[in-house]
Amino acid sequence: MKKLLLSAALVFATATGAQAAGDVVAPPAEQWAHQGLFGTYDRGALRRGLQVYREACAACHSLRLVAYRNLMEIGFTEAEVKEIAAEKEVRDGPNDEGEMFTRPARPSDKFVSPFPNPQAARASNNGALPPDLSLMVKARVGGADYLYALLTGYRETPPKDVKMAEGMAYNVYFPGHQIAMPAPLSEDGVEYADKTKATVAQMARDVTTFLTWAAEPELEDRKRIGIKAILFLIVLTGMLYAVKRKVWKDIKH
Amino acid sequence: MASSADTAATDSQGQGDGESRRDFLMLATGAVGAVGLGAVAWPFIDQMNPAADTLAVSTTEVNLEPIEPGQRILVKWQGKPVFIMHRTKEQIEKMKAEDGGNLPDPQKDGDRTVKPEWLVVVGVCTHLGCIPTGTKQGEVRGEFDGWFCPCHGSHYDLSGRIRKGPAPTNLPVPQHAFPEENTLKIG
Amino acid sequence: MATPTFQNPIVKWIDHRLPVFTFMQHELHEYPTPKNLSYWWNFGSLAGIVLVLMIATGIVLAMHYTPHVNYAFDSVERIMRDVNYGWLIRYMHMNGASAFFIVVFIHIFRGMYYGSYKSPRELLWMLGVVILLCMMATAFMGYVLPWGQMSFWGATVITNLFSAIPIIGDSIVTWLWGGFSVDNPTLNRFFSLHYLMPFVIVGIVVVHILALHQHGSSNPLGIDTKGPQDSIPFHPYYTVKDLFGLGVFLIFYAGFVFFAPNFLGHPDNYIQANPLATPPHIVPEWYFLPFYAILRSFTADALIYLPISWLMSAKLAGVLAMFGSIAVLFVLPWLDFSKVRSAKFRPLYMWFFWLFVIDCFILGLCGAKPAEEPWTWISQAATAYYFAHFLVIIPLLAKFEKTRPVPASINEPVLGGGDSTTGAATKPMEKA
Repeated sequence: MKKLLLSAALVFATATGAQAAGDVVAPPAEQWAHQGLFGTYDRGALRRGLQVYREACAACHSLRLVAYRNLMEIGFTEAEVKEIAAEKEVRDGPNDEGEMFTRPARPSDKFVSPFPNPQAARASNNGALPPDLSLMVKARVGGADYLYALLTGYRETPPKDVKMAEGMAYNVYFPGHQIAMPAPLSEDGVEYADKTKATVAQMARDVTTFLTWAAEPELEDRKRIGIKAILFLIVLTGMLYAVKRKVWKDIKH
Repeated sequence: MASSADTAATDSQGQGDGESRRDFLMLATGAVGAVGLGAVAWPFIDQMNPAADTLAVSTTEVNLEPIEPGQRILVKWQGKPVFIMHRTKEQIEKMKAEDGGNLPDPQKDGDRTVKPEWLVVVGVCTHLGCIPTGTKQGEVRGEFDGWFCPCHGSHYDLSGRIRKGPAPTNLPVPQHAFPEENTLKIG
Repeated sequence: MATPTFQNPIVKWIDHRLPVFTFMQHELHEYPTPKNLSYWWNFGSLAGIVLVLMIATGIVLAMHYTPHVNYAFDSVERIMRDVNYGWLIRYMHMNGASAFFIVVFIHIFRGMYYGSYKSPRELLWMLGVVILLCMMATAFMGYVLPWGQMSFWGATVITNLFSAIPIIGDSIVTWLWGGFSVDNPTLNRFFSLHYLMPFVIVGIVVVHILALHQHGSSNPLGIDTKGPQDSIPFHPYYTVKDLFGLGVFLIFYAGFVFFAPNFLGHPDNYIQANPLATPPHIVPEWYFLPFYAILRSFTADALIYLPISWLMSAKLAGVLAMFGSIAVLFVLPWLDFSKVRSAKFRPLYMWFFWLFVIDCFILGLCGAKPAEEPWTWISQAATAYYFAHFLVIIPLLAKFEKTRPVPASINEPVLGGGDSTTGAATKPMEKA
């Protein structure tokens, strides 16, 4: 038993310690409505988060794995989705004359990228490529906590001993502390439809919630089904144990 | 482990009681297990059903404004071609008049449209699946001025009904509606 | 036991032409299994079930996956977002791989502790090692398929290793790649082989079980069954016990699939593969970490490399050591020639077994760390110890260890022992 526990502890240490140490400040643990066994997405935060994405992030960051119709899963009506989609133009074609043309986006289209290709993106951003955000929360150690920390981690004046490279901004939580993206959120940068005060922390929380949904749209289903599955398995395993005991009752072992 | 006294009691009572208790447990466990297996099997079966992105393009919306009376266009719906024709009054009258005529697949023209001036039919020949010609200007339209299938010579009229040739049934009319004045939604 | 005749006429008709029912009767109802098997013996059947699970989920995933560098990543995301229950099947497959290795590692450690690899089960053991190798190849290729950053760079690092082979190394690597780097031809062929290998594994598992059934399972005491008093039919006793064990396993498995599906993975694999950007730390999946550590511990200045530095490059030494760490398992039945099977009666061996287990964990930890001090010298020490365990400690123990007296039989664990040693009473048998 002791050996088992020791081994288990080592496995845990191995798994969690798999990242590099070095220039990394661990993000503080935040409380999220969607965390835990019974977590669900805060619908208000998702709405506000979409607004933050469209107004503060979409100019540079694509969300190409999410379709406009997916918004209907988080409470947007079909009409709202059509309207949001139609604001962007999509390249389509060729038509009967053999030419490519643009048309307004439909709900079945994926979110339209701000740039046609990575090279155009770099050209508009001093050579840096703003990454797609569809999976960002799953693609970074620390997930939502990291994202929130990053967005609130900008500091106007870096520490004295840090020499900033040209065009870089200082961020406490970005590995290496120098990030090419200037602080994307500013106080009251967005006027929330539900009149919530748009502090940087609020916007960071909302857009992080939205991006968590973008990366894990199945989260609520997953947890709901998971609870049922595990409860079922506990009952079934209990019954199987009873059967085992009954069958083995008369064997001396 | 059951004490020897316990076992003795069950034995003296006759095997029946202990065994039936055991059988009930086995049966119940088996049943619960079977339910579990069914629950696990369902996702494996359902994953072959059309995925969300496929379902999302299962309807097509068409802007009817640019289609002149007498004009026909072809749109794609669920991967298939659909003929849309803006019929004139004369054309509608003609088709209605021929309702009782010598039709291989009798059907009233009125039953084949939601709005009589808009004919919407799936452009796949009901014989063996080729796409009939007649949508574009200059294409062969067949003896009934509708559509003509070049593969085996089926002739369709201005209601999309089969009039001559090997095709057994009229061109299918997909579910469609007009959510707005000049908008057609197919599917 | 008499072969019962079947009542059902359909069953009789089939069985007369193809004796499947007689076979099942023999393998399940009649097959004698030691009655003292502990829960450590559940892991073989668990491994078989996980294999079936992986094949089922894999075939379904393959219905939606596109093995082309331009589409692979997106096709996996389509599975996650659009395919009905796609997220569930993908997470089951992903965590099933980890489950497969956990179960198999425990199964192997069980074999090592109880001496299950000893005569007459040497071939059974060796077939098992072959299964392990096939599993590792399958898992490696499977991880490449989502075409994330770790997929690409893991494939690049591991395929590059083969260039260490003298003379023909570079040609082999080009041949593996189908090009001049890991690219579309590589991805496509990995998909084909990844689909194939599990069925090869099924075949080897069948032979593995055939070999097992020749002499039956060993048991925690490591002594042979002497007669029917030591055995019980596999069905219903062990079918029921295996089902219970399966239930327990599934609870843990479901915990991962539903509540921590990415815990054992690496976030970098949610970034699309970019041949022009190397991730800061390339790490394989956890089940490869010990072998990765062994591979990396052979650096130009490593103490363990210096004796053979005249013979080969450090890179080649690392590659050979990595494969050697599994190859050494093949010859374990001959390295350990002690007549006593179970560690229960080998007190010194027991200690060294647990030290070995700890060594494996340390190697795993090292594999996850960057190649810096102090992890480099810890890796080297742990690697040296790994081989020392097999090549030095085990044979020495086999020759010199004073084993405890082994009981006379399973059924009657007799005080005083009926074997070579008499005198002081042995400890009363603990529940297996």
